Amino acid sequence: MPRSEPNPGPARPLGRRRPDPLGTSLTWLSGASLALSLLLIVGLLVLLAAQGLGFFWQGPVHQLQLADGTRVIGEITATETVRAPANSEAEARRIEEEGAPTRTQLKIGNRDLYGLDFRWIDDSDIVDSTTPADLVMIERLEWGAFFGRLRELRADGRVLATGEDAWREVLRLLPEKAKLRRQVRDLEKGEIGDINHELEELRLAEARIQRAEAQGAPPDDAARARIAARRLQLESRSEALAVERARLQTLLDRERAVFVAGDGRSKEIGAGQILRALRPNAMTTLDRLGVYAGRVAEFLFDDPRESNTEGGIFPAIFGTVLMVFLMTFVVTPLGVLAALYLREYAVQGTTVRLVRIAVNNLAGVPSIVFGMFGLSFFVYLVGGSIDRLFYPEMAPTPKFGTGGILWAALTLALLTVPVVIVATEEGLAAVPRIMREGSMALGATKLETTLRVVVPAAAPGILTGMILAIARAAGEVAPLMIVGMVKLAPSLPLDHHFPHLHLDRKFMHLGFHIYDVGFQSPNVEATRPLVFATAFFLVLIVTAMNLLAISIRNHLRRKYATSAV
Amino acid sequence: MTTPRPGERERLFQGGGRMPDLHASGSGVGLPTRHGVDPAIDSDIANPLLRVEALELWYGSNQALHGISFLIPEKKITALIGPSGCGKSTLLRCINRLNDLVDGVRIGGDILFEGRSIYDAELDVNQLRRRIGMVFQKSNPFPKSIYENVAYGPRLHGTTQKARLDELVESSLRGAALWEEVKDRLHDSALGLSGGQQQRLCIARAIAIEPEVILFDEPCSALDPVATAKIEDLMYDLKSRFTIVIVTHNMQQAARVSDYTAFLYLGRLVEYGPTTRIFTKPEKRETEDYVMGRFG
Ligand SMILES: Nc1ncnc2c1ncn2[C@@H]1O[C@H](COP(=O)(O)OP(=O)(O)O)[C@@H](O)[C@H]1O
Ligand SMILES: [Mg+2]
Repeated sequence: MPRSEPNPGPARPLGRRRPDPLGTSLTWLSGASLALSLLLIVGLLVLLAAQGLGFFWQGPVHQLQLADGTRVIGEITATETVRAPANSEAEARRIEEEGAPTRTQLKIGNRDLYGLDFRWIDDSDIVDSTTPADLVMIERLEWGAFFGRLRELRADGRVLATGEDAWREVLRLLPEKAKLRRQVRDLEKGEIGDINHELEELRLAEARIQRAEAQGAPPDDAARARIAARRLQLESRSEALAVERARLQTLLDRERAVFVAGDGRSKEIGAGQILRALRPNAMTTLDRLGVYAGRVAEFLFDDPRESNTEGGIFPAIFGTVLMVFLMTFVVTPLGVLAALYLREYAVQGTTVRLVRIAVNNLAGVPSIVFGMFGLSFFVYLVGGSIDRLFYPEMAPTPKFGTGGILWAALTLALLTVPVVIVATEEGLAAVPRIMREGSMALGATKLETTLRVVVPAAAPGILTGMILAIARAAGEVAPLMIVGMVKLAPSLPLDHHFPHLHLDRKFMHLGFHIYDVGFQSPNVEATRPLVFATAFFLVLIVTAMNLLAISIRNHLRRKYATSAV
Repeated sequence: MTTPRPGERERLFQGGGRMPDLHASGSGVGLPTRHGVDPAIDSDIANPLLRVEALELWYGSNQALHGISFLIPEKKITALIGPSGCGKSTLLRCINRLNDLVDGVRIGGDILFEGRSIYDAELDVNQLRRRIGMVFQKSNPFPKSIYENVAYGPRLHGTTQKARLDELVESSLRGAALWEEVKDRLHDSALGLSGGQQQRLCIARAIAIEPEVILFDEPCSALDPVATAKIEDLMYDLKSRFTIVIVTHNMQQAARVSDYTAFLYLGRLVEYGPTTRIFTKPEKRETEDYVMGRFG
């Protein structure tokens, strides 16, 4: 075929680069959006870390002499400029000359004496501010922090020591008292708990016999007698333990420290109530670091006190992690099997397409709707039926017929199953057909091929689904509020009583803890740092769980390399 | 030899292909069919292990194979040649029933393996594939270690003893001329091997379950000349133990390695015979044109 040469025509100049304002501004806009998003995320983390982690740092304690002659002791927590409209011409002029008046916020503690932990003081009222070395800061079991000076240590109505001797004595006593407190706790959670547990079992056994008899079974007097005898035994043991506990309690508070607050009032505190006694102004940086580490450890590993406004968040961490693990155990097999059916076995057609659309839409249903479903289906229907069938003797107290960690995990599993299905399906689709044929050509059945070649090859995809599910589940709070999450759970869902994992128990959750501490507590000012710290650790834990899953996925990816096949 | 029940055969052979009723085996005599002696079934062929009889195949409504009949001799290399798209892979995949996996495929005619129809409804297809191995055009090692790739087949078929598996892995890798190159990294990912090594690993994987037949579908099309030469040498060695069917569109390769050659064109078997004859004295005009490189 003859080809016509393109007509060269007159030589055209290449021309100059034309400005492209729209393109340039779009580039800038998108870059700026990305930068803004990153900035927001980093800002969030920095804010949480700064607000939350600063709380554990022990700063100096100030003694302020006020113009009216009173004295205030406390830690400075904030200063600000007062921007009130000037009342008079003269005042306005003064503000002009001297600058606006400022004020200082002081954490004064001593809630039992003052009623409030915080106080704002106008700086113009402050005559003198000092940081004497003998000021003490006490962390105690009740009423929050105490600020003041130690006067003396008493026991049984006698003065044991005064001044510096008293301080040394208090410091010596603290480890002993901590040991005693541990003893009391072990007693309560150990033997006393066991006895109460067994008494409850006896009560249920008796209820079972009663039911059986009511339904016409012959009276079982022998069993009743056995139960009564055992109960008597337990009750007498329980009384002995109660005496022992009382003895320990008196021992705990035998020594009492007498303090003087900033306003001169004295306050007696049982030595057993004192968790930590510090003289912050005499502390070295190393001391402060030690205190910091101790406080962070307490926060992470202790139970909450004072209706969650003090103490630690351990039960909430434990509940969150356990619930997410349970959810993962449920959602992964469920989602993977569903995806396997959809991708490998179902005949691809309209039905499968509709199912896929439905699954994707499920991911968009508001989470509270899942909570309602969990409540009505899992809790009332399934749980209620389990109670009726297997635990009739417990009626009217529900066991499974009320919210619990299992129902919460199942509810979240439903919420996150679309994510797992979609990710797994993508993983399966990425396994080339030639790989399946290679297995079939060796005489493998379809099932063998699926289990031994396809699923392992799709494992990274499955892991991705799991990661997304965990991320989603760990952040969900709303649906859990109606299926078993509580602000304060009496016991962890995992303990030494058979069957160890108590799926019916209520649990605490970091997300709910944040809400409860931050917005339901009467003392918002004092708990605000706790909210930030809790949020910080929630983010940290979710990140840690994700990193774990990601590292497993990367390990799998490395194992199966990535070479082009 | 079991005779399948008629009902099942009807269902299996929806294509309505001709149903051969003479299942002579190992006779070495040309196969008489209802339509006379098929010229493609050469009486020179001793010990036919596989008999392809009037095979037809449809992908949906599109017929890819038209009445193909020929014999595949035992412990010889049979090459299938022909231009791209003429149905070589399709024919090959009929022999281990891999086309069963493709939606909308219908098959007529029959293939006899040791005298028995492989499309017999009573036949265990997995057992058939265990005895008729396959190496694909594109190497397809599993995303597992080299060791696990080779041990995959034996494990499937019930070998669990570690010592026995070790032995099989070594002998198979030696059989595929790969042992020396990989013996120090048996537990590394198979995907880290080069293309030629991967293809030899696939051969090792196939021979680990000691099949009787190995089907090769253009095993060298993605390899460089050095790797190709290695595979060709290997095939020559394997001939003493296995019956080999190889698809290739490389004339020189067919001429070099094979004992018999079948030339396919547009889904029909044009000519079949000893390789030397096909390449030197082809009977058909199309064959001559093709082997001379005049089209394809
Ligand atoms: N899975 C399939 N579905 C539909 N048609 C196919 C499929 N595989 C192959 N074909 C068709 O069958 C014919 C033969 O293909 P193939 O056997 O792959 O040829 P070759 O291996 O000789 O190149 C071609 O026309 C091809 O388009
Ligand atoms: Mg092909």
